Amino acid sequence: MRINCPICGERDSREFHYRGSAKLLDRPAPDAGAEAFYDYVYIRENPTGLNRELWFHDSGCRSWIVAERNVTTHEFFKTELAVDAKRGAK
Amino acid sequence: MRYSALQVFLNGLTGNKNWKPVWRNPEPKSHYDVIIIGGGGHGLSTAYYLAAKYGITNVAVLERGYLGGGNVGRNTTIVRANYFLEGNSQFYSHSLKMWESLEQELNYNVMLSQRGQVILGHSDGQVDSLARRGNMMRMQGDDAELWSREETKRQLPYLNHDDPRFPVYGALMHWRGGTARHDAVAWGFARGADMRGVDLIQNCEVKGFRIENGKVLGVETSRGYIGAGKVGMTVAGRTSQVGEMAGLRLPIESHVLQAFVTEGLKPIMPHVVSFGMGHFYLSQSDKGGLVFGGDLDMYNSYAQRGNLPMVEHVAEAGMALMPMIGKAKMLRSWGGIMDMSMDGTPIIDKTHIDGFFLNCGWCYGGFKAVPASGDCFAHLISTGNHHKAADKFLLSRFETGHVIDETGNGATPNLH
Repeated sequence: MRINCPICGERDSREFHYRGSAKLLDRPAPDAGAEAFYDYVYIRENPTGLNRELWFHDSGCRSWIVAERNVTTHEFFKTELAVDAKRGAK
Repeated sequence: MRYSALQVFLNGLTGNKNWKPVWRNPEPKSHYDVIIIGGGGHGLSTAYYLAAKYGITNVAVLERGYLGGGNVGRNTTIVRANYFLEGNSQFYSHSLKMWESLEQELNYNVMLSQRGQVILGHSDGQVDSLARRGNMMRMQGDDAELWSREETKRQLPYLNHDDPRFPVYGALMHWRGGTARHDAVAWGFARGADMRGVDLIQNCEVKGFRIENGKVLGVETSRGYIGAGKVGMTVAGRTSQVGEMAGLRLPIESHVLQAFVTEGLKPIMPHVVSFGMGHFYLSQSDKGGLVFGGDLDMYNSYAQRGNLPMVEHVAEAGMALMPMIGKAKMLRSWGGIMDMSMDGTPIIDKTHIDGFFLNCGWCYGGFKAVPASGDCFAHLISTGNHHKAADKFLLSRFETGHVIDETGNGATPNLH
């Protein structure tokens, strides 16, 4: 697997650390209540097709990246910096 | 037919022409008291215990592919009861006791080999934690023996004990642990269930559920609608998809775990050995191949194959632990899809849907759990109450904070 880092270009997946679903970017407000935090911490869509996920380029530019990847074929589609993804969502 | 030495002898006299197929291949009926989704180890053992122990024989097992074609045929066949935490400890203890009489129970040779399972310690701190784990195992009533550095060297002379980075300081031996023939476990439970009237229906994919007023009425399948009094799902690896059809949102991620086997070798290692450095464990199969595995590939995956970086990582761990493994040729590697729960512990529970039961989240420890999982799930389905060995495996534990996190990694499924 090769991952297209927005800063470093296409790099070997061994340079990256996998964190999990990109829903972790959407932390509920502190007063959102227990149910919202339960959903945030524990519940995962776990799709068979396209998954939006967080990768950390720890042997490279040390940026957090949001990647869209097919979890059955391991094919990567869009990648962007997590900070941009978060700004874009607002 | 009951298997015995006499049957082998008599059938030998008649040219082995009279052996019969071990299970039927029935058409689905229109209604069953209980439908189990998933014809792997857990589904087949659940069906078996429903019929054999809890008296429910109008049961169907629906399998999308063929019996035992998933993770029960893809694991590294290790059986053990060396868990630490309340909840896990009693469950795996129950399971190991069931393994010890499983062949008599099923009248089927599952080739259980209690050859002992060793975990190595590579620092004083790690040996202390092994001593603590050993004490917990003994308090549960299972066996554990702490080995000194010298004893470990004497027992396992083929390892690299003086690796400068990870020297072996000691080990914890669990003599009742070992291996079993994984396919035979599936076949034995399938045969036992079929003999008691359970319909094992293969090539039958579940497409949806009929649920009315909060109660499950039946299952839509690729072979038509089948009514059911109760439905249990044992589809680890695909839990999120099947659960979604019933409106369940679950604390599960699917990850790929690889396993490896070398060419057949003469007997060199009599035990199952786990490297304490990372996730690496190996044993020698009865055919002589060294069977080993390591970490998950770490990213979500539904591909039943892994990638090369993890092959390299596992090979490196093997070389560090046992340099002579480098002389052996790796014959095959394969992958299975693990149902990784958010605390590394399985779920055996009811759901908010009346008559719909959940068995999932086995991470990479499902094989050793097969007998107890079936027993406890059948107990839950038939009585509506949790079996005392599995009464902590609740779906609600994540919401209430009663997680059972053996590794202490928190909600990071790929690290459990």
